[in-house]
Amino acid sequence: MHARLKLFLPLILFGILALFLLRGLSLDPKEMPSALIDKPFPEFSLPALGGDAKLDKASVSGRVALFNVWATWCVSCRVEHPYLTELARQGVAIYGINYKDEDAAALGWLQQLGDPYIANIADREGTLGLDLGVYGAPETYLVDAQGMVRYRHVGVVDERVWTTVLLPLYTQLKGEGEG
Amino acid sequence: MNMRALLQWLLAMGCLVLPLQALSVIETYEFSDPALASRYQELSGELRCPKCQNQNIADSNAPIAQDLRKLLHQQLEQGASDEEILQYMVDRYGEFVRYRPRFAGATMLLWLAPGVLLLLGLLIVFLTLRDRKQPGGSEGDLSDADQQRLRELMKKADKE
Repeated sequence: MHARLKLFLPLILFGILALFLLRGLSLDPKEMPSALIDKPFPEFSLPALGGDAKLDKASVSGRVALFNVWATWCVSCRVEHPYLTELARQGVAIYGINYKDEDAAALGWLQQLGDPYIANIADREGTLGLDLGVYGAPETYLVDAQGMVRYRHVGVVDERVWTTVLLPLYTQLKGEGEG
Repeated sequence: MNMRALLQWLLAMGCLVLPLQALSVIETYEFSDPALASRYQELSGELRCPKCQNQNIADSNAPIAQDLRKLLHQQLEQGASDEEILQYMVDRYGEFVRYRPRFAGATMLLWLAPGVLLLLGLLIVFLTLRDRKQPGGSEGDLSDADQQRLRELMKKADKE
């Protein structure tokens, strides 16, 4: 009996390996959870885009909101923009973090393509981006009413991402915030 | 004549230096202390570029790697320790940013897996080799009656 079982050992090992490989097929190594998940949104004090007024953490927190890292040099941001506008029209609170960009170019973009943002933080040097662990635009952070980062999406937010990933969390956080 | 030799020499040197310059696309930093420069080399080799993933920040040309190099330079000049700098990076980019993640939590598997797999392999080799010995020595396992039968059969075979 023992010897017979041993014959199956290679098959069993293969099975285990196959399970791991199968899992690997659906894993995206580019998808890394943010180091800030369930940690407070970093403190900052940066100018608002196109003005001298300063924005800080207190002025942009207090409600469940998306923080969208974007720039005019970012091609995918242009792809994403119409959908953000649509979300804003549906009443989703979106703040912009204009990441390592020129103010004039960014303002021109908003004028031309529409402005879905409640306010835009002008992160010209990328310091807030660094504290957030941003490594490329676009990135979108879901922040709860207590100012905690709850999710980060790297890449374009489109309808699929919104309905399958962000919306369930957003709704849940909204419920928590009011409850 | 002397002037011409000098010019020739300069031209030759220029030809040697030119290709080097073309390669050095990654910016260089000045350090107040040579010890800082060597720590910079070491740390930038150990920190992983979050964007390009399979390059360290010393080798990568991605904008984020440039930013991190700049930050590394600043922090070294400000007198931060290696531990502080690594912690700062890990706080923002996760354990992922280190090529040698610390031994804790989820990275435990990463550190222990090679050793565990090696032991498992050795165990399999040991068991296989031990089992392989048995068929050779199995003659003694026959009962007396079987031995008797075997001898008779062999005798019979010899006669035929």
